[in-house]
Amino acid sequence: MSTIYLRRRITNWLAMGLSMLATLIGLAFLAWILWETLRQGIGALNLKLFTRITANGGDGGLSNAMVGSLIINFIGIAIATPIGVLAGTWLAEYANRTKLGESIRFLNDILLSAPSIVMGLFVYTIIVLPTTVLTHGSTTFSGFAGGVALALIALPVIVRTTDEMLRLVPSTLREAALSLGVPQWKLTLQILIRAARSGIITGVLLALARISGETAPLLFTAFGNNYMTVNPIDKMSSLPQIIYQYANDPGDDMHALAWAGAFVVTMFVLLLSLSSRLVLSRNKVSHD
Amino acid sequence: MTDSTVATNPAQVAATSAVAPKLTVRDLHFYYNGFHALKGINMDIPEKKVTAIIGPSGCGKSTLLRIFNRIYAIYPKLEAKGEIVLDDENILDPGYSMNRLRSKVGMVFQKPVPFPMTIFENVAYGIRHHEKLSKADMTARVEQALRSAALWDEVKDKLKQNALGLSGGQQQRLCIARAIALKPEVLLLDEPTSALDPIATGRIEQLVEELKNEFTIVIVTHNMQQAARCSDLTAFMYMGELIEFDGTEKIFTKPGKKQTEDYITGRFG
Amino acid sequence: MSAQPGTIAPSLIQEQRSRRDARHERLFRWLLKGCALLVLASLLGAAGATLWGGRSAFATFGWHFLVSTTWDPGNDVYGALVPVYGTIATSLIALLIAVPVSFGIALYLSEVAPAWLRTPVASAIELLAGIPSIIYGMWGLFIFAPFFANHIKPWLTNNLGDQPDDGKLSWVAQHVPFVGKLFGSSYPFGASILVAGIVLAIMIIPFISSVMREVFQTVPTRLKESAYALGSSTWEVSWDIVLPYTRSAVIGGIFLGLGRALGETMAVTFVLGNAMQLSASLLDPGTSIASTIANQFSEASGLQKSSLMALAFLLFVVTFFVLLIARFMLRQLAKKEGS
Repeated sequence: MSTIYLRRRITNWLAMGLSMLATLIGLAFLAWILWETLRQGIGALNLKLFTRITANGGDGGLSNAMVGSLIINFIGIAIATPIGVLAGTWLAEYANRTKLGESIRFLNDILLSAPSIVMGLFVYTIIVLPTTVLTHGSTTFSGFAGGVALALIALPVIVRTTDEMLRLVPSTLREAALSLGVPQWKLTLQILIRAARSGIITGVLLALARISGETAPLLFTAFGNNYMTVNPIDKMSSLPQIIYQYANDPGDDMHALAWAGAFVVTMFVLLLSLSSRLVLSRNKVSHD
Repeated sequence: MTDSTVATNPAQVAATSAVAPKLTVRDLHFYYNGFHALKGINMDIPEKKVTAIIGPSGCGKSTLLRIFNRIYAIYPKLEAKGEIVLDDENILDPGYSMNRLRSKVGMVFQKPVPFPMTIFENVAYGIRHHEKLSKADMTARVEQALRSAALWDEVKDKLKQNALGLSGGQQQRLCIARAIALKPEVLLLDEPTSALDPIATGRIEQLVEELKNEFTIVIVTHNMQQAARCSDLTAFMYMGELIEFDGTEKIFTKPGKKQTEDYITGRFG
Repeated sequence: MSAQPGTIAPSLIQEQRSRRDARHERLFRWLLKGCALLVLASLLGAAGATLWGGRSAFATFGWHFLVSTTWDPGNDVYGALVPVYGTIATSLIALLIAVPVSFGIALYLSEVAPAWLRTPVASAIELLAGIPSIIYGMWGLFIFAPFFANHIKPWLTNNLGDQPDDGKLSWVAQHVPFVGKLFGSSYPFGASILVAGIVLAIMIIPFISSVMREVFQTVPTRLKESAYALGSSTWEVSWDIVLPYTRSAVIGGIFLGLGRALGETMAVTFVLGNAMQLSASLLDPGTSIASTIANQFSEASGLQKSSLMALAFLLFVVTFFVLLIARFMLRQLAKKEGS
């Protein structure tokens, strides 16, 4: 009797110990990665980073990549937000519990983790390749194509949060508006989306965080550009693409620049996910 | 217990014949997902009176109310059969314009549901959909509605603030203002005080008393004292049937049916 | 209601209003539906575009494309087996590491840790999920791969591998089948299938553990309490009650992680060594589908480009089905909860 009891207790201690160890391992790697990014990144920070372009190589900066990243991300979010919000609205308000609605909700969840490099190739096929006709055959990589590729990655994030947030809006709000004779499309646009606004903004911020670090879909769409450009139909550089390029370069000064870029991207992404959380928590307080 | 006994009750005829019926319900049946929720309801709801509907939960009283403005129609698999006549027209007729119905019949719900916009906009929002008013007319109309809902003095200095900042009782009066701003003829109140504290409840009951001069009011309540306090007529429903419909005083002092008496005296429900 | 000249009866205005509302309503519905169908279109489009792009590779090599280890731009002959092997090997290693660790984390956060510690630790782990994959790649390339080459790899090759530095085979390498091959390597650097698998594992741990934690929390308290009331220990409740109750969703979470791992590009590309070779050793460099595409696509043309597209198509189809299974499994629990 007591040996059974003892064995059970030892098993339990062992399991609890291992679960704590697993958590420590997870936290240790998080700390290691963040620590190295901070240490190496801050060490490489200097003013040139923001004033010089990548054409200057190891003695240059990343200004064109930062501007490019901002433009490409902006294009991506500007395309994905209206489409994603409307699609999510359709799922929550018009197609809830219908077969087509359920299937699209399901497929959207799959798109959420689809390989981003394939999305890059898709946009390469539908935008970069056809537009080469306009330039008589020279390749037409562009910041715009990069933005579209990122939009495809942001889209499912926005669709999903919009869908979820609208489904949290109490149905009494719909009844109240409909009982005033307000048509459903006005109710949806003017009341429901407004009621779910903070949640939808959170989704957009999360989507932005997600695409800010994306590299693979940009390689064959925006491509890269060592000079400063703000024209979206030019080849355009971006921070992740420069990090990829510089990290594979043998030069130590290039590695330092890559770390500096990694630091900037990581800080940006972490701030975004932090602020999206703040928006959501404030929403919860004010809504009920 | 059959419909005919309700309709031929002399006291009820006396109570309702004093004024012309505003809403006439004829052999109304209601089904959801095949469940027979209302079984042949007949009643005449008189104009500019407060009619209370009471009964244990699940008896179909809210369902009945939600048919009067066809709000049930936004959900699938619900079906109403029979007639509800409002001003000589059957509102259950599919050809009856929803816009028209909703402008004639206003509704206030259990929980206050202000729209996520300013206090002013909450009232103006519904009006805008039915009428084009100048800015001055709109301001006057909103003020009038807020005054009628006894809310004006409390909010006149903060019309531009978000309505979500009001207290529960104020929010519910705002919802009443929103509904009466459309100048409906019938006002449906679905347990309007169930989410409120006693003081806020008192104010709403007082308001109902004032509003009946202008509107035909139907109020669903689970609170028998409330029905006794502020209604002229009371209908008692049980298991999807209208058991008794009569003057409020009669129902609460000399109910005609055993079931009504049992419910009123708290023997079940 | 009698209309004077020039004024319209109110009911007529309402009629017009109703008709206009109905028209707007239809338009609005079509607009929304169109946007939702774009989700469908982008999935079909991605599959279609890569299939179309890969058509000449499929036509030229047929099913040999799938089983051939040749990848020879010089002679324009291409086969998918090496990158396919690399993709599968790195993903399986990642799962092998990530699943037990994630289970441990989820268990700790839902059953073991004191209440005040749960939220901050869970947020920290989720932070790991937010870090861009290229950062994992850089950390892997500059920090972890050298660390691995200096501290872990020598021990592995000398004690488990069949090519130890001093030439003396260990007992394990002599007697346990396969292990010697798996850990034998004369390649001096860290970048390898194993390191890529480890970096992938760190990447997918937050995904799997947060799914597991969420589903563990759906187990009804009364179920757990009645087991505790019988004197069960925390471990017994977790293993005998929580895990069986959530089994399908846990498998769903694992497949979700697998889907991520298969399609990951950047974190892997940096630490895989990018060698188009099939080696039995996990300590040798290799390549994966995604990293082959990332490395070669910009400079490729003709049949090579088509072969890369064909690889992308394979990757897309495989991840699609893995994720399909994942979502399906996750839905099972949601249904149970709903009923």
